Formats: sequence, C-alpha cells, structure tokens
Amino acid sequence: MNAAVAELRWTLRDCFLVTGRNMRHFTRQPQLLLFSTIQPVMFIILFTYVFGGAIGSSLPEGVSYVDFLLPGILIQSSAFRASQTAVGLAEDMKNGVVDRLRSMPMSRAAVLVGRTGADMVRTLFVVALMIVVGYIVGFSFMNGPLQAVAAVIVVCLFSLALSWIFAFVGLISDGAETAQSAGFVFMFPLVFASSVFVPIETMPSWLEGFASVSPVTLAVDSARALSLGGDVAGPLLGFLAWTVGILAVFVPLCVWRFRRMS
Amino acid sequence: MSAAVRVEGLAKRFGDTTALAGVDLEVQQGAVLGLLGPNGAGKTTIVRVLATLLRPDEGRAEVLGHDVVREAREVRRVIGLAGQFAAVDELLTGRENLRLFAGLFRMGRREGRARAEDLLERLDLLDAADRTAKTYSGGMRRRLDLASSLLTRPPVLFLDEPTTGLDPRSRNQIWTVVRELVEEGTTVFLTTQYLEEADQLASRIAVIDHGQVIAQGTGDELKDQIGGQMVQVRLVDAGRREAAERALARVGCGADHHTGGQDGLVTVPAPRDGVAMVAEAAAALRDAGVEVSDLALRRPTLDDVFLELTGREAAPEDAPTQPADDAAPDSRRPEAEKEPV
Repeated sequence: MNAAVAELRWTLRDCFLVTGRNMRHFTRQPQLLLFSTIQPVMFIILFTYVFGGAIGSSLPEGVSYVDFLLPGILIQSSAFRASQTAVGLAEDMKNGVVDRLRSMPMSRAAVLVGRTGADMVRTLFVVALMIVVGYIVGFSFMNGPLQAVAAVIVVCLFSLALSWIFAFVGLISDGAETAQSAGFVFMFPLVFASSVFVPIETMPSWLEGFASVSPVTLAVDSARALSLGGDVAGPLLGFLAWTVGILAVFVPLCVWRFRRMS
Repeated sequence: MSAAVRVEGLAKRFGDTTALAGVDLEVQQGAVLGLLGPNGAGKTTIVRVLATLLRPDEGRAEVLGHDVVREAREVRRVIGLAGQFAAVDELLTGRENLRLFAGLFRMGRREGRARAEDLLERLDLLDAADRTAKTYSGGMRRRLDLASSLLTRPPVLFLDEPTTGLDPRSRNQIWTVVRELVEEGTTVFLTTQYLEEADQLASRIAVIDHGQVIAQGTGDELKDQIGGQMVQVRLVDAGRREAAERALARVGCGADHHTGGQDGLVTVPAPRDGVAMVAEAAAALRDAGVEVSDLALRRPTLDDVFLELTGREAAPEDAPTQPADDAAPDSRRPEAEKEPV
C-alpha cells in the first residue's frame, strides 16, 4: 500500500516536471505564442465588426453579436490549437527526447499527461487574453462570476479532450506536418458546422441535425449558456458525455500506443 | 566476475529487413565492449533493445541480471544511455536539461541540482550552462547528452556512436570522460564505426555485420588477423596488379589474404612495422619491374578488418566517414547526427 502511494506521488511529480518543461517551451518560442494569440484576437475583432451587423439581427433581443460570438470563438480557437498537441509529441519523438524519457525509470503516462496538461494551461492563457480583448470590444459575462468560471472550465475541458485525440494522432503519425494537416482537415468542418459563429437554426435541416449533436456545438452552447444565461443543463450534459467518452477511449489508446512504441 | 550485460540469440526484424539475426554477446562488469560495424549493421538496434526501447522478436538480453523485457523498470534504473538517438531538449538550457532529467530520474531536488552542477563542470559546460542547447556545437551537445546519462552514476552505460561526426578535439574530450568512468568501475557498451575508437576505449571488440557478430576479441587480436599494418601501393599501370601482389607476397605481405581496393590500388596486410618493411616492399616491386606512384604503410581501418573478415568491402553504399543513421527502417530515428551549428 505504502509503495503504491509513493509510486503515485512520484508519478504526479513526473507529470508536473514534464508539464513544466513543455510550458517552458512556450516561453522559448515567443513567436509561436504570439501567433497562437493573434489569430483568435483577430477572429474576435473581425467577426464582431464584419458579421456582427448581419448576424446580430437573427439573435434574441438584448444579445449583441459579440456576446454570442465570444464563447464560440473560445471553443473555435481551442479546436484549431488542439493539433499542436500532436505536433509537440511528434517533434519530441522525432528528435529523440521521447526515447531518452522512455529509457528512464519515470512514469510512462507523464510524457502524455505533461503534454496535454501543458497544452491545456496554454489554452487557459489564451482564453484569459481573449476575454480581456472581448471586454474591450463590448463583451460581458451576463450570468454571474461563478458561471463565468464554469464557462472557462468548459473551454479547458473541451481543449483537454481534443488534446488527447491529437496526442493519439501524434503518436501514430510520422511527423509534425502530417499531424498538423490532419488536425486542420478534421477540425475545420466540425467548427464551421456548429454554433460557433451562427445559430444552427439558420442551417439546412440535415446540417442542423449534424451540428446539434456535434461536441463543438454542445461545448459552445454550454459555454454560451453559462455566460449569457439560458438552458445550461441540456448542452452541458451532452458536452460532458462527449468529454468523458473521448477521454475514456483516447487516454487508454494513447497509453497502449505509447507502451508498444519502438 | 559476472556479466553486466548478457545477450543471447537476439533477433529483430523490421518488415522485410532483418536487423539482428541471432546475436550473442557478453560484457563483464567493469569492462568496455566496443561494438564495431558499418551503418546498418544492427548496432543501434542492439542498444535500443538493451535500453528497453525495443522488444526483440527472439532471444533475450539481461542487464545486471534484469531481463530487458520483463524487468524493464529495473533495467532503466541501472543504465545510462547517450548517443545518436537519445537527444537532449534543444529549447532548454544545459542546466535546465540536467535538472529536468535529474527530477525524472527521481532524484531529490537538492541532490539533483548538486549533481547537475558537478556534471556541468566535469564536462566543461559551465560557461554555456544557461544557453539553450540549440545554440551548442555538436561537441557540446554530445557532452550534455553524456552528462544527462551520468546523473544517476549508472553502473552500466550505453554509448551509441558517441563521437560520430565530431571534430578530433571534441572526440578526445568524450574519450577522456569515458576513460575516467571506466576507471571508476562503470561498465561501458559502446558502438562505433571507427576501429580507432574501439581500439582506444574498448577492452574487447565485437565486429557486427548484417545483424550478426562476425568476430570478437581484443583490438590487437583483431588487427593481428590482418597484420598490424597495411601496405598500400598505387600502381602506375592498373594491369600489373597480379605482378604487384606476387611481389609483395614474396616479402610476406598479404599472402593468403583478401586484397581490396579500386583500380590500381593494392592494399595488403604487412607482417612487420617500420621503414624496413617499406624498403623491402619497394625492393620487391622494383625487382618485379612494377612501377608505382605511391607506396605507404598505414594502420588498418574498419574497411581492412571488414575485407579480411568478410571478403568484401564494408558497406559499399556508405562512406564510413560520413555520419549517418544506423540500421533499420525506423522513421522516428533522427536523419543523421546533428552537425555543429
């Protein structure tokens, strides 16, 4: 029993160390951090001022487009950034860092947890920045501070679940570029066929049917309801079911793949 | 003395390629084994199996009595691994690299930091300790790589081509450290493409080709098989090769040995050292009326050992001096050794 507890503590320390190492990488590549924040900030500003007028009229009374958009953009930027998990892992495998770690008596899981964990912390950082920018262009949380925190947690969970999918992509792909383009091909249609930018009621019924059960829509609707008010329980349950399902499939899959790596 | 590393009947295939075809090896505790072979011979594959990175298809391997498959965890506690595929983190500084790995080796924070400082000093990296590793030269990178593998003072150290692609000064630095480690009692399993490196560092050398050990012995034993020196003659007329070989054989050079070399170049083992040997060879060639443009006595190279052992040129598709990848169609392996930046 004591040995198991000690092992668990070492494992947590391993995870913490690898997470710290990956976060330090973000600070060593300021250009990457800059681009990963400029893009979502640009999206907020462009969509608010370009589409705000046209789409705003189809929104409920009292809701401005930026209020509607921001929770969506938080999810959208997380979705587009998720392939970075695959890129990071693929690079570590290619340049031999993973081999060194695998030759050491550390926790196997820490390599994966440290990657997805650090990527989630980065998401949190970008989310905080986007909320600040959102406030500058007129966004506000209308539903209270606790709900605002809950909305941020939804975004982080969404980011974490996607990260584990892309960790698997990184483990089975043969390079960073493949991993990145695979990410783009899958995420682009998922993000646009969802409630990120527009209410899905305006879509043709076949697309609306797809969008209404998409994890992206459910995540956006959860975050949106938490920040604007409205029915939270419905989308949140759906979103949590997706999150648990994705993690239940991809965490074991990643661990399995990592162990039989050669 | 008991064996620190024991390999029995090790076999590994990657698709259609046979990387290892039944390898048996033993390294005594405190000894240095040099595993010598050209690119693609299977050197890296053996090290990857011993370092628990790769499961063998057949056979077994033990490090300090621990099976590398069933007791991988125990093996990882007692080994250090450095070389072409176990990299350092390029975006971290030298000091950060060592502290990170110390932590992941599960050393205490204070102990890890102290050990990191010791190794930075020992491997002459203190001045560069706060620069990111991507700014390091090839030699510094290898030294940091070596330092990372020494954090726990491992009793068994695997070095996969530790000096491939390095300049002589950096190579000597690495050699010096390895010699010190051996004096302290570390068992070293070293792979190399260079006979000289195996000769300088190893107490025993195993020659590997096409996934099989084709010869084992001390450096002297191996070189004695082809003679300690080679006589190399460049013929003015390439057609006189046979006459040249007959003449050289009369003074004891290369009788019953395979001869190699391209057109007009005759390379044969020499039975003796020194100026007298050169004079005898020259006289024999003059008496036979063979015109030469160059005549030299030189140390055997890996190619000579190979030619002697296998009757063919070593790795004809690769020049042995070019740093390149060892064995196996494994795309995750780095392309080639990083050059100094």
